[in-house]
Amino acid sequence: MEQERYRRALRAPRPVNILIGFLALGFIGLFLVLPLIVVFSEAFRQGLQVWWKSISDPDALSAIRLTLLVALIVVPLNTIFGLTAGWALGKFRFKGRSFLITLIDLPFSISPVISGLIFILLFGTYGWFGPWLTAHHIQIIFSVPGIVLATLFVTFPFVARELIPLMSEQGTEEEQAALTLGAGGWQTFRRITLPNVKWGLLYGIILCNARAMGEFGAVSVVSGHIRGETNTLPLHAEILYNEYNFTAAFAVASLLTLLALVTLIVKTIVEMKNDPRRRS
Amino acid sequence: MNAIKKHRVLPGFGLSLGTSLFYLGLIVLLPLSALIFRSSALGWQGLWEILGSERVLRSYRLTLGTSFAAAGVNAVFGFIIAWFLVRVKFPGKKIVDSLIDLPFALPTAVSGIALTAIYSRNGWLGAPLEALGIKVAFTPVGITFAMILVGLPFVVRTVQPALEELETELEEAALSLGAGRWKTFCRVIFPMVLPSLMTGFAMAFARALGEYGSVVFIAGNMPMKTEIASLLIITKLEQYDYAGATAIAIGMLAISFLLLLLINGLQSWSSRRLKGI
Amino acid sequence: MRSSHKILLLSLLVLGLAAGKKNADPEILNVSYDPTREFYKEYNAEFMNYWKATGGGKIVIKQSHGGAGKQARAVMDGLPADVVTLALAYDIDVIAERTGLLPADWSTRLPNNSAPYTSTIVFLVRKGNPENIRDWDDLVRPGLEVITPNPKTSGGARWNYLAAWAFALKRELGTLKDLDKLDPAVMKAAEKKAMAFVSGIFEHVPVLDAGARGSTNTFVQRGIGDVLLAWENEAFLSINELGPENFEIVVPSISILAEPSVSLVDKNAEAHGVKAIAEAYLQYLYSPAGQRLAAKHYYRPAYPQFADAKDISRFPRVELFRIDEVFGGWQKAQKTHFNDGGTFDRIYLK
Repeated sequence: MEQERYRRALRAPRPVNILIGFLALGFIGLFLVLPLIVVFSEAFRQGLQVWWKSISDPDALSAIRLTLLVALIVVPLNTIFGLTAGWALGKFRFKGRSFLITLIDLPFSISPVISGLIFILLFGTYGWFGPWLTAHHIQIIFSVPGIVLATLFVTFPFVARELIPLMSEQGTEEEQAALTLGAGGWQTFRRITLPNVKWGLLYGIILCNARAMGEFGAVSVVSGHIRGETNTLPLHAEILYNEYNFTAAFAVASLLTLLALVTLIVKTIVEMKNDPRRRS
Repeated sequence: MNAIKKHRVLPGFGLSLGTSLFYLGLIVLLPLSALIFRSSALGWQGLWEILGSERVLRSYRLTLGTSFAAAGVNAVFGFIIAWFLVRVKFPGKKIVDSLIDLPFALPTAVSGIALTAIYSRNGWLGAPLEALGIKVAFTPVGITFAMILVGLPFVVRTVQPALEELETELEEAALSLGAGRWKTFCRVIFPMVLPSLMTGFAMAFARALGEYGSVVFIAGNMPMKTEIASLLIITKLEQYDYAGATAIAIGMLAISFLLLLLINGLQSWSSRRLKGI
Repeated sequence: MRSSHKILLLSLLVLGLAAGKKNADPEILNVSYDPTREFYKEYNAEFMNYWKATGGGKIVIKQSHGGAGKQARAVMDGLPADVVTLALAYDIDVIAERTGLLPADWSTRLPNNSAPYTSTIVFLVRKGNPENIRDWDDLVRPGLEVITPNPKTSGGARWNYLAAWAFALKRELGTLKDLDKLDPAVMKAAEKKAMAFVSGIFEHVPVLDAGARGSTNTFVQRGIGDVLLAWENEAFLSINELGPENFEIVVPSISILAEPSVSLVDKNAEAHGVKAIAEAYLQYLYSPAGQRLAAKHYYRPAYPQFADAKDISRFPRVELFRIDEVFGGWQKAQKTHFNDGGTFDRIYLK
């Protein structure tokens, strides 16, 4: 009885709730919803037909193709890395572990301009491997491999960052039990660890994929902007914008935004299906 | 000691760590070492000379200042939003909750173009604000706005779980001991969420430091006034000044790295603190 | 394991697809600056037809656009351009000097300093010219906002800067002829005035975009500024694309003859085995067809007789000077004004 009263008292009084709601929703509206509305209203300003035409233009299609290709290469590689890093850093404690986590985080806060620059310093004509690459007629930057590498770098932490805390939180008891019961290491990982982290893993993959498709700065430095060949979707949007083709630019942007929204929907479903903490 | 031994019972440590290190080395460390190697050709003095030049210093100050302001705004509103999502029941909560992640998924160039369209002089909000004498686009305020957008989810997503895990018994105890609501919030709730809030702040700060795609559209890019460090790197590159570009990049890299070390320290502190209570 | 095997296989497959879709037809890559997009789009199609019709077979022309400085840097860093068509000779000079991909005397290989078309700098103002802007000295009137890109990164902006500088010199000295024969003290005083004038203009600049297209967007799309300093072709194009009811062109009393230069990148073209095509591609720019297209896209053709009289009549008459006369060539101009510590930096370091 007594407790019930305090519990009710815990909920802040209504006016405060309303104020909090007002502030929270206002801020979200201003910084998240309004940009969304702008993108879509600009994209469809001249109607669905113009939108469709901008999306199905050969250069746009080749940009879509390249963007998908890059994501198809980058996401699996970073997923595998995320799993190995999650296992090594989440299930074991050792000296230098936190330093290593910091290194993994690094691409997160590095300016994408720097992320592009480093690959030019490596593979450009005057880079470390430049002369060798030139001698063997291998093109890394200003072609697809360079774009893939820059994207790999930028999206490097996403899966690992999701898995390391999760695996570390879950501890090792279940795995050890499985091992004691005679399961092999690989079997334990597949049957015990993987199912335990699958939702976190999926969340990481989704975010990694979104960033891989949407990366602009780093890719812009290493792309070379060759029409129909090394332009990804974000670069194509910029080019259209620079060609006074604003509606088409926003159309391409809206495609990327739709992608982001689909990503969020998938993520929400993923969360509803699992994570009891969030289910409220 | 015992704990370490127990952990080591699991197999695959060598293999997974080896693979991780190899991949980390290949994708992150090798390229970064090229950056460090390049700038080492400058020598300490050369590096200082570039980093100490007025224009570079101002761009650092601007980048750090706007990032800090953006992280501060995000800390306040991120906390409010997290509180709102955890403590207040309302319809459509799921939608609002998932919207928070939008900046993670939205390409930065898209948000940059959209923000510029909103806040420039003939934009939706730019026009009324301009009438009030407030300029957003092409000023440090605009830069801060772009950084707020990219950093918001970091604060919300670190504070939210901390608030969820907060045990209501403590609050109940405080209330039953006669502490007022506000006092309970200040003395009991806030101190417990503070580590997470600080982590979120630092992450939003780190993310803002590196933001480029959305900022260039709204910044105005005036030397000494609205030129962020990333842009200065590009400007140097386009003058074929590789040494200058790498030097500025090294400075940014060092700041990011220190900040991340701090964040990881904060995170272990906060998890210890939460467990300790 | 099975699933990661699948993923790996899939990625390999995708990589293979990407590598396998290489075109068998010979390809040349033209690396150009921002405002030439529309022109080369049409010219490339024209040249491909011409090449096919004259028995050269099917070829593919790939195109890359961006700020001139960025594009030149990309070529230096390894963007495999077969031809470069950039905003100013200096950018091509830098490529030649730093990489040796083309000889230092590249500009003598084609007629007209290797500039098949020229342009100049004009003012774009809002319809009706509400601020009544007529000439360079109007730009420093109080309250006026001037839009120009950043001379550090944009070729067009460097032409803007030098044109304004030369205007001030002429106002001080009365002439731009034979400046080298002047008393050094007089010249020095005039240059001081010119610097003050140009720095006065930049006090009116609220936004410095990295490239010409960025500035045009700021002026046209964002509605910022009273006057845009622009390439003549860029100004015509924005009027065309965005409505003659909104903007008009003002021609100053004096402007600079801008010579966007083109060159073969010898070593790249040789390595790709397309030297003959690339050379023909550039020479065809000087042909009647190429000249006609240049004029159509608002570039002043090197041989006006080949262009439509209607197109030519659109170009306003304006007193033009050459960079060599006033600034002693690009190398010198770049060093004095735009390199680190040059006059442009000093304007902002004040």
